[in-house]
Amino acid sequence: MRRLLISVPAVMLAAPAMAADMNVTVTVPQLTVAEYHRPYVSVWIERADKTIASQLAVWYAQKESKEGAGTKWLPELRLWWRHGGRDQQMPVDGVSGATRPAGDQMLKFQSGKAPLGDLPAGKYDLVVEAARETGGREVVHVPFEWPVTAAQHLDKSGSVELGTVKLDLAP
Amino acid sequence: MLKRPLKYLAVVVALSLPLAAQAHKMWLLPSATNVAGDDPWVTVDAAVSNDLFFADHMPGSLDRVVITAPDGQVAKPENASTGKYRSVFDVHLTQSGTYKIALINSGAFATYELNGEKKRWRGNAADMAKEMPAGAKNIDVTESSNRVETFVSNGKPNDAALKPTGDGIELVPVTRVNDLVSGEAATFQLLLDGKPASDLKVTAIAGATRYRNAPEEINTNTDKNGKFTVTWPHAGMYWINASAQDGNTHIKQAKQRRVSYSATLEVLPE
Repeated sequence: MRRLLISVPAVMLAAPAMAADMNVTVTVPQLTVAEYHRPYVSVWIERADKTIASQLAVWYAQKESKEGAGTKWLPELRLWWRHGGRDQQMPVDGVSGATRPAGDQMLKFQSGKAPLGDLPAGKYDLVVEAARETGGREVVHVPFEWPVTAAQHLDKSGSVELGTVKLDLAP
Repeated sequence: MLKRPLKYLAVVVALSLPLAAQAHKMWLLPSATNVAGDDPWVTVDAAVSNDLFFADHMPGSLDRVVITAPDGQVAKPENASTGKYRSVFDVHLTQSGTYKIALINSGAFATYELNGEKKRWRGNAADMAKEMPAGAKNIDVTESSNRVETFVSNGKPNDAALKPTGDGIELVPVTRVNDLVSGEAATFQLLLDGKPASDLKVTAIAGATRYRNAPEEINTNTDKNGKFTVTWPHAGMYWINASAQDGNTHIKQAKQRRVSYSATLEVLPE
């Protein structure tokens, strides 16, 4: 017990400032509709000037076709597309992936490591945009300040196409 | 017998009165303005009508279609066809960047008297001398230069296709033509023969005019640098138009020139 008490501050001291954690949970809502397709989702960190500071995730249909399958419909994530999605060449290693089913989708990021990278101190928005074939589109913004000095939990709820978006920050 | 000349006259009147508020509008309507993927295509309607964007009067002429690819080179329309009320063609976007799709019409029209009767002629300036009847009197020639455009971006937009040619009225984007959002202000510059077109009236009209009682025109004027700004009240396809009349003719018989510019721009919801 005594040893543990000593070792906890030791670990904290040993941890460099850059190893901050960012955990994002995106709830893909369960929808009762006749024709359901999993939504396209993009998750990114936006600077005050709306440019993309870090592209965290893009989920789109991966099936093969002459048209490039899923990539044809990426402009439907129109906020993301306009603010920089169209500048990226899909697929992006560690960022792009298949669409995800309804439920809590957890994403873990660490500062200094791709795709989060080194985020300069400042005010940001975590932005999650979802667009669903034969469905709607929704954007959720979670404003936050970086870096944090103590663990912080932030969340914001979508209304139809997105459930709760949770942001957990740890120094 | 009567039907054709009357119809022809209607077109002449429509094209010769660009300054009249009720003139028919020539337009292009693309199926999408922002595309992506490995093999993107758009299909485009070309027509002349009063209601936007309902093809119910005349098809646009396919021989006037000029497509400029993102590298500045000319691209060909595909699967082109002209129907009763509209022309349709596809654009295969093989390059990444912004395509300019246009209907360009430069020509002349003339009014003259033959045996005491008033007549009209319209066509290419080069054909005027041989097509004008021998006894034509009081010939009044007007040069016309019309541009009807729309823009489609494949992936990341670029500006090479929008480089002005220096002829007639042209649009230079300040705000990107495929980056228009409801509630946001967009600024563009108009050039007349490559120089800023100051104090020109610009009208913007949203599509779906059939489903409302008022045209809801947005009117503004270009400033001394030829720039104008529109804040789009809602999402949709908009038709913008500007026209001018001057004496800067290229055809030596023409006393005056009428120039007009129209573009179809898509405004997305926020």
